[in-house]
Amino acid sequence: MKKYNKLIFEISKEGRTAFSLPKSDLERRPLENLIPAHLLSGEEVQLPQVSEVDVVRHYTLLSNKNYGVDTGFYPLGSCTMKYNPKINEDMAALGSFSNLHPYQPEDTVQGALAMMHDLDGMLSEISGMARVSLQPAAGAHGEMTGLMIIKAYHEKNGDSKRTKIIVPDSAHGTNPASAAVVGFDIIEVKSTAKGLVDLESLKSALSDEVAGLMLTNPNTLGLFEKDIKEIADLVHEAGGLLYYDGANMNAIMGICRPGDMGFDVIHYNLHKTFSTPHGGGGPGSGPVGVKEHLVQFLPIPMIEKSGDRYFLDYEKPDSIGKIKSFYGHFGVMIRAYTYILAMGAEGLKDASQKAVLNANYMMSRLKEYYKLPIDDVCKHEFVLAGLKEEAGDVITLDIAKRLLDYGYHPPTVYFPLIVHEAMMIEPTETESRETLDEFIDALIKIAEEAKENPELLKEAPHNTPVRRIDEVLAARSPVLKWKK
Amino acid sequence: MHRYIPNTNGDAAEMMDVIGVKSMDELFRDIPDNLVLPEALKLEPGISELEIEQKMKELGGNNRSVDDLVCFLGAGAYDHYIPSVVKHLAMRSEFYTAYTPYQPEISQGTLQVIFEYQTMISNLTGMDVSNASLYDGATACAEAAIMAVENTRRDTILVSETVNPETRLVLKNYMHFRDINLVEVPMADGVTDPERLKALMDGSTAAVIVQSPNFLGIIEDLTEIEKIAHGNKSLLISSVDPISLAILKKPSEYGVDIVVGDAQALGNRLNYGGPYIGFMATTTKLMRKMPGRIVGQSLDVDGRRAFVLTLQAREQHIRRYKATSNICSNQNLNALMASIYMVTMGKKGLREVALRCTEKAHYAADKLTGAGKYKLAFNQPFFKEFAVIGQKDADSVNKELLQNNILGGYNLNKEYGIEKGILLCVTEKRTKQEIDQLAALMEVIS
Repeated sequence: MKKYNKLIFEISKEGRTAFSLPKSDLERRPLENLIPAHLLSGEEVQLPQVSEVDVVRHYTLLSNKNYGVDTGFYPLGSCTMKYNPKINEDMAALGSFSNLHPYQPEDTVQGALAMMHDLDGMLSEISGMARVSLQPAAGAHGEMTGLMIIKAYHEKNGDSKRTKIIVPDSAHGTNPASAAVVGFDIIEVKSTAKGLVDLESLKSALSDEVAGLMLTNPNTLGLFEKDIKEIADLVHEAGGLLYYDGANMNAIMGICRPGDMGFDVIHYNLHKTFSTPHGGGGPGSGPVGVKEHLVQFLPIPMIEKSGDRYFLDYEKPDSIGKIKSFYGHFGVMIRAYTYILAMGAEGLKDASQKAVLNANYMMSRLKEYYKLPIDDVCKHEFVLAGLKEEAGDVITLDIAKRLLDYGYHPPTVYFPLIVHEAMMIEPTETESRETLDEFIDALIKIAEEAKENPELLKEAPHNTPVRRIDEVLAARSPVLKWKK
Repeated sequence: MHRYIPNTNGDAAEMMDVIGVKSMDELFRDIPDNLVLPEALKLEPGISELEIEQKMKELGGNNRSVDDLVCFLGAGAYDHYIPSVVKHLAMRSEFYTAYTPYQPEISQGTLQVIFEYQTMISNLTGMDVSNASLYDGATACAEAAIMAVENTRRDTILVSETVNPETRLVLKNYMHFRDINLVEVPMADGVTDPERLKALMDGSTAAVIVQSPNFLGIIEDLTEIEKIAHGNKSLLISSVDPISLAILKKPSEYGVDIVVGDAQALGNRLNYGGPYIGFMATTTKLMRKMPGRIVGQSLDVDGRRAFVLTLQAREQHIRRYKATSNICSNQNLNALMASIYMVTMGKKGLREVALRCTEKAHYAADKLTGAGKYKLAFNQPFFKEFAVIGQKDADSVNKELLQNNILGGYNLNKEYGIEKGILLCVTEKRTKQEIDQLAALMEVIS
């Protein structure tokens, strides 16, 4: 296939067009007669001039330089790159959903509101929460919303000195960043040698200044925090609330629920657990669920039902308010809703079980060749710490880059921060044993290559559209747009 | 067996042998017994594609979309024409099933798309740099306010009353939790009042936020506001409609420091309010304070042009709680659609869309006010939206319009106290005949 290396601006040619508009049914009036000249720009807007075929070829050829779940195995830890069912896309594209204006009268959007109300109920049931707001745009946005709710709760109780949030050192980087956005200070607690929250350091961190604890369970090492009940009791006794980072929900659907563990607030990632596509980095959707005592603080509007009529409820005096325009990523919600309809209770549980099975299988086969810092059953993902037998100066990055030559997307690397040379592998339930075996074989082969021919890894990748890129150059002399 | 889960029970048994466990339960032995759900989740059993389709079509049947309603509603979400290629190309699954481009060697498609998007947003706004996009116009505005506070080390944001009310609500919330003061600048005759603005400025003012065309559709002249803001060493943040920039003076020509807005109008469907796409562009000086992902050009080891995520020292996965923002995604698929739209419309097409919006909106305004029952709420220049005051409240007008399959305008009474005020939007999609019908119906209603 042809190698393509053009920017759209480089194929632009004066006079070419790709657009079509109907013949104007109004007489053209000089613009200056409608808008005063001093408000108009003297400059022409700089956009490319190309034909429709140019547009189609350009983006098609660019897509060929991308790797998605549809291309192959994508074991990116913490990101749950499961298969994105096609029917989800069809349902989201239905004109009766996708062509609704957000300010249409409620009578004309009863189907949309019913879907949202229903999804709220499903997500509440899966997490063991009382209600769910669908408004947050992404996981990090859900964290921010959840923390605002925690802050509002303490403010309402006149407990204004609770200005600190406890975050384990294994947490996602967004946790402390979200807490800072909401104006909290962060206390980091250490993990034990077994990778779990250290109860003693948690105890010493707790005080009447602590607003809450943020936790992922299973945590970022893929381990279940067995002491979660005790942790919850400790935080609650100290007057704090518990926040559940839902990034790892794919491990526990239908098996156990954050609500039952003692969490007060949770965010979901619909783009992880509920199969909505990641879109190359977004849009996601990060619904926030809360227990009964926090429902009053959820963002406005909530979708409520009166008789058989659905409506948007803005009359919530204690609500934190709005955290984004309108009602959330509606298009993403439809996809998640479609997925839950397809799976049902049994399917969701099967998904979590098979996700955990796949991860444990890979871990068992790989631990002979790669360091496994904590050898216990894992949940939906596990973390390796580089090659078992060190080979020259080969590091995790080189292994990841060599995987590209074998046609795989590498695992998450160098996270969690508490594991040296970390490789975080999350296979998901939508991969077959054969796929897992092929990938494992590639990793084993790479471990051998590291010993025999480390240069092969140091210089990898060899057969990708471009090879290793100079990131320092990009940051030192930023070129952020094309210039003639 | 579920169609999305390939491993059979036979596979599972063999895999468990390799692991060295006897049952699935053993894999969950670390979950305390008292936490294990005793019964199945209360959800309906899974259903087939055919049943899903039937159910969703039934639900959709309880909606009335702009496919069968003639839409004169805007107010921050716009019914523009979307070329067919947008859908087809954005649905290439190599694009939509990929994650954030952390492995640039196999993500050059996504990265180049963002680089081109950044270029086009920079060109439209006239600014030096753009980021890879943010959640929506409202959150982009809030992020800009935080950026201004961090940059000036001042703690007050002034926002014009003419900025989208939904945006102001989001702003209020973001500012409250960050202990940043937010003060509203009243409007006079539908535009930001420079006298009131002047009176509110002081040494704590980090930035002034304005919108043009503003929520009421009016094009604001930022010349004086810019002088007031910069005279006080405050930043000027402007929210804009990207389509209007094909004809209107660019934010850069006014000396704006941070430009934000929602790019839904560029090739993204209405989707009942989301996902949309927030954009942000700024000056080279403020570049390293900008939140969100940014793509830069570099070279690979063989000297080939290549694109990477860059300036990551600003971001949460490196800086954790010191990051410029907690955002770690962009509205990538929406940015892709916006890009394909901009490329397809091109220089001529986007200008043509902007011209048609202007002409049709003015035709509609003339037609509506011609008979005397409606008058323009403000005597000010406007782009594709305008406010009229009639003789009946907006909800009643809209109700009657709806009976004639017309989606009427936005009620201006609640947020602006404009009694019987209605904000109408006319895009290039509306025909003369539809506008004539709207005017005729509204004439009868009042």
